[in-house]
Amino acid sequence: MSMALLILILLVGGLLAWRSEKAQANLPRWVALATVVISLAFLLATLPQEHTGNWLQHMKLDWMPRFGIAFELAMDGVSLLLLVLTLLLGLVAIASSWSEIDFKPGLFHANLLWTLAGVCGVFLAVDLFLFFLFWEVMLIPMYLLIAIWGHENKTYAAMKFFIFTQASGLLMLLAIVVLAWQGMAINGQLSFSYSDLLGLELDPRLGWWTMLGFFLAFTVKLPAFPFHTWLPDAHTQAPTAGSVLLAGILLKTGAYGLLRFCIPLFPQASMEFAPVAMALGVAGVLYGAVLAFAQSDFKRLVAYSSVSHMGFVLLGLYAWNQLALQGAVMQMVAHGVSTAALFMLAGALQHRLHTRDMGRMGGLWHQAPRMGACAMFFAVASLGLPGLGNFVAEILVLLGLFAVQPAFTAVAALGLITAAVYSLRMLQQAFQGVPDKQRSMPDFDAREMLAMGAMMAALLWLGLYPQPVLDLARPVLEGLQTLVPPGDTVAAQAGGAAIVLGAGL
Amino acid sequence: MNVNHFHALLPLLVLATGIVVLMLQIAWKRNIGLSAALAALTLALAALSCRFAVEVAPLQVTPLLQADRFALLFCTLFCLAGAATALLSRDYIVMRGDQPGEFFLLLLLATMGACVLAYAVHLASLLLGLELLSVSLYTLIAYPNKTVLPLEAAAKYLVLSGAASATALFGFALLYAATGTLEFATLGQKLGVTDTPQSMLLPAAAMIFTGLAFKLSLVPFHLWTADVYDGAPAPVTGFLASVAKGAVFVVLLRLFLDADLFRYRILVEVTGLLAILSMLGGNLLALLQTNIKRMLAYSSIAHLGYLMIIFMVCITSADKALAVEAAIYYLIAYTATTVAAFGLLTLISADQAERENIQLQQVSGLFWRQPLPACLMLVALLSLAGIPLTAGFIAKFYLVNAAVSGHNWVLLAALVVGSSIAIYYYLRVIYYMTRRPEEHPVVQETISGWRGRILSGVLIGSILLLGVAPQSLMHYLRAILH
Repeated sequence: MSMALLILILLVGGLLAWRSEKAQANLPRWVALATVVISLAFLLATLPQEHTGNWLQHMKLDWMPRFGIAFELAMDGVSLLLLVLTLLLGLVAIASSWSEIDFKPGLFHANLLWTLAGVCGVFLAVDLFLFFLFWEVMLIPMYLLIAIWGHENKTYAAMKFFIFTQASGLLMLLAIVVLAWQGMAINGQLSFSYSDLLGLELDPRLGWWTMLGFFLAFTVKLPAFPFHTWLPDAHTQAPTAGSVLLAGILLKTGAYGLLRFCIPLFPQASMEFAPVAMALGVAGVLYGAVLAFAQSDFKRLVAYSSVSHMGFVLLGLYAWNQLALQGAVMQMVAHGVSTAALFMLAGALQHRLHTRDMGRMGGLWHQAPRMGACAMFFAVASLGLPGLGNFVAEILVLLGLFAVQPAFTAVAALGLITAAVYSLRMLQQAFQGVPDKQRSMPDFDAREMLAMGAMMAALLWLGLYPQPVLDLARPVLEGLQTLVPPGDTVAAQAGGAAIVLGAGL
Repeated sequence: MNVNHFHALLPLLVLATGIVVLMLQIAWKRNIGLSAALAALTLALAALSCRFAVEVAPLQVTPLLQADRFALLFCTLFCLAGAATALLSRDYIVMRGDQPGEFFLLLLLATMGACVLAYAVHLASLLLGLELLSVSLYTLIAYPNKTVLPLEAAAKYLVLSGAASATALFGFALLYAATGTLEFATLGQKLGVTDTPQSMLLPAAAMIFTGLAFKLSLVPFHLWTADVYDGAPAPVTGFLASVAKGAVFVVLLRLFLDADLFRYRILVEVTGLLAILSMLGGNLLALLQTNIKRMLAYSSIAHLGYLMIIFMVCITSADKALAVEAAIYYLIAYTATTVAAFGLLTLISADQAERENIQLQQVSGLFWRQPLPACLMLVALLSLAGIPLTAGFIAKFYLVNAAVSGHNWVLLAALVVGSSIAIYYYLRVIYYMTRRPEEHPVVQETISGWRGRILSGVLIGSILLLGVAPQSLMHYLRAILH
């Protein structure tokens, strides 16, 4: 029950934040902060010590017996990890928009909390219908965040974001229903429960198409090349808190969906499809990096770097061995933190300078040394400096991938170099050089430094002592691996794909 | 006829009594408030009386009418939608008609026509219901006599709808010539016998289907829709889009089921083709509109297209009951949603005294000016777009399930493409509603009395309830069909 309560706390908190605006304009911020802190405390306080079956926690209530749909939530190590990430970044999002939002702060914070509730639902749902419901519902508050509080080109960005995810979501709905009816044909009972649909002996052709429905929805959200075009617009136009949530956690729902649903539900089709998926991953890593280098807009640069980093997640997931999978999970967490920090920084710069154009920045380090130091830290984190979380993640992915696909690994490793190029260029253009004498801007205040400091600590911890995170994820990943034996055709097919890709590049 | 028969017809009797009482009231003393209240009360009582009529169902009352739970469910739905329309029209029609009393009389007559269609199991009662509905609608559409647009719409609807009715009637005659019966069930038996003259059946089927497809405004019989919807007064448009279409669909479905027309594969394939054309055509045309009423007109074409899927599913799926169940659920969700969407337009346009013209600009920033009506529109649009937690999502989920069980991949593809297109134009309205105050210089105040408030609350509540807790209705529908 505690999982349902967690979602309920966030929903009710959103409602309270909305109404509290009437009493006092500053109250919604405090309500939102309190809600997230309470739900985080609640999550950690109700953690059980023992597993129930495969799950840490599991609950099931009948909902629509007509279709075999239940209100079924479950939590394991990976979902726990992502939940904690979600709530922590929720705090960061609230902190980052503390002084930014003047228009209807109540509704803003309500939408923020409802997005968090939707994302928590996505990470917990193990009934496919319920999962789809959360998957779609979390979009609406996010859409409103971009459409109402976004920047100059918000309409276009919000529409694009919504239509991309919604249209691909429809395909997933179709795939879910097809899968459930296939399950009905095999088990004789219509059910949307994850556990009932695992391990079905699907007709290969049908399995392939159904898998593709899931894959599309998740890779649009991830986003993987070539479905990433919504991302730079949405991230750039969203208010700071929106960008933090989008980059930090919404992208992770796509990765989570691949890990939890797409690959385990369709083991055979996924393993046959793996070379294509990995090729998309490699393409994303490099293409995202090249585009990031070409940007003059601070936020767009960070957005494209996300495409590049999420390419590693796709690679890690489809390499499907323990090292690579752990790397992928690690990347979800580390990238969530580092990108959230960079977006918070971008938001702070825009709030102070009223521009995101790096050509109009320069020499900021002199005027705002604390900001400069933070930017330095997160830029090197994002380029994969050893000792920080992103390095651990990317090196694990590459190590795991090498065992399956040496050629892809060689190409993907170039991503580490290109990351250094665009990250350092960003740092140089914005923070180094000769400062504009006319400009005066306040440095980070205590609130902002607190958020930044917490994220630095998290990345250092992930980089220096990642074992607790890996231990939490390991049993889950091992369990998933027993469901899906790695395909033996993978290596042979992949070689060909690598050559094609190499020629293309 | 015994007491039970009257018992089974209770909703129709309540409506008929209400109509007489209302007529007397208007003749005695004109009072718009009283007329509206009487109409709403009659419709509410009629809806309530279905609850009692169920006790004797199923019961055949004369060869014309069949009082079963299927019919009574739709009677309830139509009466409730009619009651909502009556409440919405009260403030609206005072501004526009010189003698608004009879408006409610006509509304009751139209609702009665829809209820007769829900009961109909005979081509004669089908025609009676259809004409009662259509003729009342011509007048309802033309009712605001201060501008020319409603008159134009009514004239258009009168001519085209009259032609469609005549076509269908000719079809009935041919069918009668071929089979010698007008009853749905007997028709089914006669058609099964091989010595029926087949040469007359094809033109008969084509004519009947054309007539009804026109009333359902399926592509390519949709050309009247946008102009009529645009010109008609907003509450009547809502009624036309929800009740009038719903009633025709119900009777068409019953005709197919009782006479087992599913045996003619070609006929069912034509419905599938029209479904695809309507889904794509309706959505593409809706994309081009900046007038919200016209946009909703085209979107209603698309929604009827989604609904038409189920005829095809009925012959391909092993589970025909699921297809019918999906259709019923979809109709209920669609009716609630459409009444809500047009309800908002009525509230907005109530004070546009002259030409009623609801452009996207008019809803700009509505969220900040009028939160409750804006929430009503938001919920209605999300439901039309099929976003979870709303009635429209469960309805679409039902349809997808039915179509998947029948392996109708082409229809499903059209549904996915159509729904993807639709997101854009629904979202555009939401975007306009959330524009910040400084971005829309034209601020236009809207009035919304307590009636509007209560009705908005009820409609929002029912759309969300149908979307979140549909299990009892699902259970009931299953019980009806098994």
